[in-house]
Amino acid sequence: MNMRHGKYPFILAFLLPPVGIYAIYMLSPYVQAIYISMTDWSGLTAAQTFIGFDNYVEMWNDDQLRKALWNNLILVLVVPVLTLLLGLFFASMLNVGGRNRGGAVTGVRGSSIYKVVYFFPQVLSVAIIGIVFKYVFAPENAGGILNRVLGAVGLDGLQRLWLAEPNYLIWIIVLVMTWSFVGFYVVLFSAAMQSIPRDIYEAALLDGSSRLTTFRKITVPLVWDTVQVGWVYMAIQAMDGFATVHIMLGINGGVEGAGDVLGVAMYREAFAEADFGYAAAIGVLMLVLTMVVAVVFMRGLRRERVELA
Amino acid sequence: MSSSIERTPAAAGTDRRTFLQRVALTGVALGPGGAFLASCATGGDGDDAEDEATEAPTGDVSEENPLGIPTDQPIEVYIFDGGFGDEYATELHQPIFHERWPDIEIDHHAAVDIGAELQARFVAGDPPDFINNSGDGQMDPGQLISDGLLADLTPLFDAPSWDDPNVTVRDTLLPGTIESGTRDGKPYVLNYAFTVFGLWFNQTLMDENGWPVPTTWQEMMDVCADIAATGIAPWVYQGVTAPRYMNWPLLSMATKLAGPEILVAIDNLEPGAWGHEAIKESAAAIRSLRENNYFLPGVEGMEFRDAQGLWARGEAVFCPSGSWLENEEADAIAENPTFQLAMMPEPLLSEDSVMPLETVRATAGEPYVVPADAKNPLGGMEYMRAMLSMEGARGFTERVTSLTSVAGASEGVQIEAPGLASAQAALQAAGDNVINWFYPSWYGTMENPGIDQATGALLRAELTVDQWVEQCEAVATEIREDDSIVKQTREG
Repeated sequence: MNMRHGKYPFILAFLLPPVGIYAIYMLSPYVQAIYISMTDWSGLTAAQTFIGFDNYVEMWNDDQLRKALWNNLILVLVVPVLTLLLGLFFASMLNVGGRNRGGAVTGVRGSSIYKVVYFFPQVLSVAIIGIVFKYVFAPENAGGILNRVLGAVGLDGLQRLWLAEPNYLIWIIVLVMTWSFVGFYVVLFSAAMQSIPRDIYEAALLDGSSRLTTFRKITVPLVWDTVQVGWVYMAIQAMDGFATVHIMLGINGGVEGAGDVLGVAMYREAFAEADFGYAAAIGVLMLVLTMVVAVVFMRGLRRERVELA
Repeated sequence: MSSSIERTPAAAGTDRRTFLQRVALTGVALGPGGAFLASCATGGDGDDAEDEATEAPTGDVSEENPLGIPTDQPIEVYIFDGGFGDEYATELHQPIFHERWPDIEIDHHAAVDIGAELQARFVAGDPPDFINNSGDGQMDPGQLISDGLLADLTPLFDAPSWDDPNVTVRDTLLPGTIESGTRDGKPYVLNYAFTVFGLWFNQTLMDENGWPVPTTWQEMMDVCADIAATGIAPWVYQGVTAPRYMNWPLLSMATKLAGPEILVAIDNLEPGAWGHEAIKESAAAIRSLRENNYFLPGVEGMEFRDAQGLWARGEAVFCPSGSWLENEEADAIAENPTFQLAMMPEPLLSEDSVMPLETVRATAGEPYVVPADAKNPLGGMEYMRAMLSMEGARGFTERVTSLTSVAGASEGVQIEAPGLASAQAALQAAGDNVINWFYPSWYGTMENPGIDQATGALLRAELTVDQWVEQCEAVATEIREDDSIVKQTREG
């Protein structure tokens, strides 16, 4: 121990600058945001008036914010589940789901093409995805692709004015976010599956294991670490949802504000209603929720891993 | 910051102000403790604003220089680079200004997102001298005013006009112009462009089919029936984006029926204002368009530009809008050289209406402001005075196809755009019967999302007229009871 003592100043000299930068550019904005959330700052003046917890009381009574919170919960619960299921399914089909051809474990026919196709949405910016999907769900005479397809295959009865119907809005957002996320997770899980030793699969095949059993008993347990990382990361992304909602539904969260999410509510308060104090309070709420979601997801999944191991 | 140092005027006391501003900025950057210090240091009460007014650089007041601007200080100008572009400033207004003040340098900037470029400068107490506060990035004017960040423009409006020393700027403007930029009895915003609202219709289709321009609602329903029989949609509105555009004919028709007092009651947030019989009757008329399927199919799920584009391509006949519509849909209009559009005043709901058919809603828009903390606020006002010259206003109309708030400036201007020409004719025919309402600019959230959502549901026939009234009343009540919102009132 004594020998190491002299190293501390040396180590500190290396640690202090990054910690300092982290404190100034990461921690201090958090602290400032919490302070601003207790003021009535308009975002335009140099001075702010301290008003205590008034913004938080207002938040408690804000029905529109409750709707946004509810929508965020739907996003956090549904988008990761859908994306993970689809991602795992596609990835296993691409890597190990092929019919046994000459004893080798491979993906389905044409999997190298699918890999590229699945990754397309990841290359597009959210802004483009939002605008494209606005026209997927538009009315037929305004270029709506979905309604046109439904009409072409004789399903006229299913045609809807999708974006004019409050009940559909958040589910449309779920669909668009899932669509845009899946490609990335297919690639992520593919990489994990590539690292699973082939002989395990060969042994399973020799034992006559079906594709579903192989998927459940071998693939999923062996890529579970990756799934866990993806799950947390995606839940945090879904907590946001700002860009997709803002572009597709506008600053008020669509018809009747039915597609509102916290990120859009925060933006609206700050930049449309010049109430940075209230916006900061929503930001603090998002910070707390994001942290809770991350902790809950990590805890919940860790236990499951123990069971499977 | 280097540019602001160059521009710091030599007036005494400025150093103290600059110092405090820096302290304030640092305070924000340092966090809670610092911000507390800064808020103590800068105060933010009325006294401060008066201090600064006395610190602003001035020159000698003379007949040539009625505002007493410093003749050697630069002016920093920000123009919103949107529908009007910024050439009207650089190629028209600034040369007019330079001709009289060759030694004043204009530091010109154009910005698409005004708020993104200037919000931080307001916080720092270092805003430019003249801002065209417009577009998507507009900084909330009501908030700027209640935070004391805008200069009172009274000296400008009381000054002699650019062209005639015997007429004040105030007297060269169209009625309602100054009122539209006034809060708490003081004018803070110069609204320069003049917008006429009404129903825009497809003249080509009307002429080809021999459909008459309706003057009463009954005639409107008859024409709509004829139009619908040909398979064309009679009406379109701004879809999922802005159903509130339909409030314009709704409130205009109600006002023609019962008189402008009903608008005063709405603006003053009087309880029951939205439940007036005339407004109900008008809302029922608007709702009947849905009941009869007279709207373009699917319009309630459309983006506003898609809906307007379909109108310009002949799929619908009537569209509520303001006189910017012709510019906005210029591309779609240009596709078909035979397409002619025109504007008509809203039809009368009843023969015994209080106001004549020719009544139109028109108002000054496109806001220009001078920040209270500007280095050279008088210079900014002098720039406004130049804009409001006959040459400046006339040139603006010629260049960007928009009327201005300067009375008589568009007379004799050959307006090529048929829609704008018809709007100008309608405005002249209206004479003194020009109406407007102010609650959307006073209380932005009351109009959108508040009334906007109610009217959207009315147009989808999800609400009855009585439920719509109830919802509008609830929106008004929410604003009335929110103490954090500074209230405005007006009389007649």
